[in-house]
Amino acid sequence: MSEFTLTLIKLAFLAVLWLFVIAAVGVIRADLFGSKAATKAAERAAAPRPQKAPRAPKPPRTPRGGGNAPTKLVVVQGERSGTVINLTDAPITIGRAHDATLMVTDDYASSRHARLYAQNGQWIVEDLGSTNGTYLGRTKVTRPMPIPPGVPVRIGKTVIELRK
Amino acid sequence: MNSLGDQIRAYLPYQRRNAASLALLAFAMVLTLSAFAEVGLARDGNIPSGLFVYGGGLVVLAMAAYVVQAKFAPYADPLLLPLAVALNGLGLAMIYRLDLDTSRDHKVAEMAGKKLISDEANAGGQLMWTFVGIALFVTAVLIMRDTDRPDAKFSFTPKTAQRYTYIIGLGAIILLLLPIVPGIGASINGARVWIRVAGFSVQPGEFAKLLLVVFFAGYLVNKRQAMSLIGKKVGPISLPRARDLGPILVIWFFSLGVLFMQKDLGTALLYFGLFISMLYIATQRVSWVVIGLGLLAVGVFVATQLPFMGHVNQRIDIWQNPKPYFDGGCLLDSGKVVPVNPDTDLYKQAKAAGSSYPGFTACDKLGGEYSDSAQLMKGMFALGEGGVLGTGLGQGEPWRTPLSFSDFIFDSMGEELGLTGLMAILLVYALIVQRGMKTAVAARDPFLKLFAGGVSFVVALQVFVIVGGVTKLIPLTGLTTPFLSQGGSSLMANWILIAILVRMSHDARKPAPQAIQDEGMTQIVSTR
Repeated sequence: MSEFTLTLIKLAFLAVLWLFVIAAVGVIRADLFGSKAATKAAERAAAPRPQKAPRAPKPPRTPRGGGNAPTKLVVVQGERSGTVINLTDAPITIGRAHDATLMVTDDYASSRHARLYAQNGQWIVEDLGSTNGTYLGRTKVTRPMPIPPGVPVRIGKTVIELRK
Repeated sequence: MNSLGDQIRAYLPYQRRNAASLALLAFAMVLTLSAFAEVGLARDGNIPSGLFVYGGGLVVLAMAAYVVQAKFAPYADPLLLPLAVALNGLGLAMIYRLDLDTSRDHKVAEMAGKKLISDEANAGGQLMWTFVGIALFVTAVLIMRDTDRPDAKFSFTPKTAQRYTYIIGLGAIILLLLPIVPGIGASINGARVWIRVAGFSVQPGEFAKLLLVVFFAGYLVNKRQAMSLIGKKVGPISLPRARDLGPILVIWFFSLGVLFMQKDLGTALLYFGLFISMLYIATQRVSWVVIGLGLLAVGVFVATQLPFMGHVNQRIDIWQNPKPYFDGGCLLDSGKVVPVNPDTDLYKQAKAAGSSYPGFTACDKLGGEYSDSAQLMKGMFALGEGGVLGTGLGQGEPWRTPLSFSDFIFDSMGEELGLTGLMAILLVYALIVQRGMKTAVAARDPFLKLFAGGVSFVVALQVFVIVGGVTKLIPLTGLTTPFLSQGGSSLMANWILIAILVRMSHDARKPAPQAIQDEGMTQIVSTR
């Protein structure tokens, strides 16, 4: 082996080493921003069973930015103050349970305290039989009630609001 | 703690990335095989036979690991396995390469009728331990079930460990103390971190660190609220209550105990740093980090002032000024260093007197502490020899450094792959840590969050301590370089660690269970 060939082999190996690192970073990048291949794969996975996907057949409620449907849930008071959850069509559960969408650690909240869900473009709050009750504004929630924008919903020490 | 992970999940519907994982794994194979090929081409001018044995062995093992991961943890992070395999393969190639040289030197020495060195690179042994490590990985992935199916038969999840927090903590302490038990404990190269079991020397500390992560995570999940909320605010940092300081002081005393008894600065740094970082993850309070670093500084300062801490003292002295210690130096009580290398009269006198370790004997006569910085300095020379692009695999002389296949494998890599290669290797470690942290962010359960964050920090800290040590950034301490170093304990512990991360990332990334009714009205109540 001549000196020159060995140098080439050496450089080639370093190139392979770095290409490996770059490929690994590429996979992370695809995870973060989505790659064409990954998106296609997801579409393929979703396509054959539209029946199973509960929210797929529904048309989007309102286009983003238009109408007066709220787009996010903001915690304005309490331990989790400042938390923002973007509203999708999925219902939001609030409580102390670990699987709640908004988990609060508050002695005045129940494990499964309340639930927020969208119906015909309107968000509804429903108390799930909590010990200390859910308040919409100053009224106690006894049956599912629509939430007007900007009206605070109180759950234990936590106060949330829906915002556009 | 919950909503960040949920938001990320809402934004990013994770997909199975098995194809990406397989492609990267294939790339890692190519990397390993080309490393073996380069060794052979540079040394003999042809593809070495080791390529088929060692490279082929690793390929088979890694594919088995991949199949199990794809079947039983399909949503797992696609990067963890390929990154670990790449590091393991690179380490195996380097050990194979050192094995070729040291075994040749060994034969020459044997023919001359003397024993060269007791420790040497052993590629066959490393392949065997890789097999054991990957077998443990497979077993761990198979045994650990999904966290949200606790009613499954024989269910053991990473979360199961939370139930046995204190037993596991006790187990960790027992493992850590085993090496100082007379009879089974063994002191190798000045540090008592080994035990001898059935002919093998095992480093229990490698396993203890995993158990410690579980213990810290279980403990902090219960106490984090008291530790993060209560306390007086003084200036920018809020001070904790005195009673919450208790556990940190216990860990501090314990780490210092490890430092005093086992004379191993790196291990103490690893455990204490782990606790501080997990405390920070749990409480998000900077004051804990400040307090922890302050305590550590005080502890190390006290350790250097105590007269009986010779070994630690000397390591710090060697770190600052290695030159007089080259091939043997003697630290006197006055702080003066007398060289006792083979060129000095002191050495020759002791040798003439018939001592088998003349440098050591000469130093003993002077009443000082003997030590040798040749390893560190040779490692530095190797790095210098490598430069930016390295000498190329198989073309350098990394075997000149003692322990070039275990503690100093990073310097061996530096000599043959250069700074360019070292940066790539460090990036691979950084990616493993990043994926672990990502798993921690995506995890829903506070215990699993701390667990994943903790094991990532263990890898990061260990790489920092050993790489910092062999590059003379911090005082040298003997720790293994994860996946690269030769050694069974380290490989087994690190493969288990990767298996835990794989299982947790599968749990965190898999999509939420689908509603049975398709109206979106029914709340999914998990049985957890």
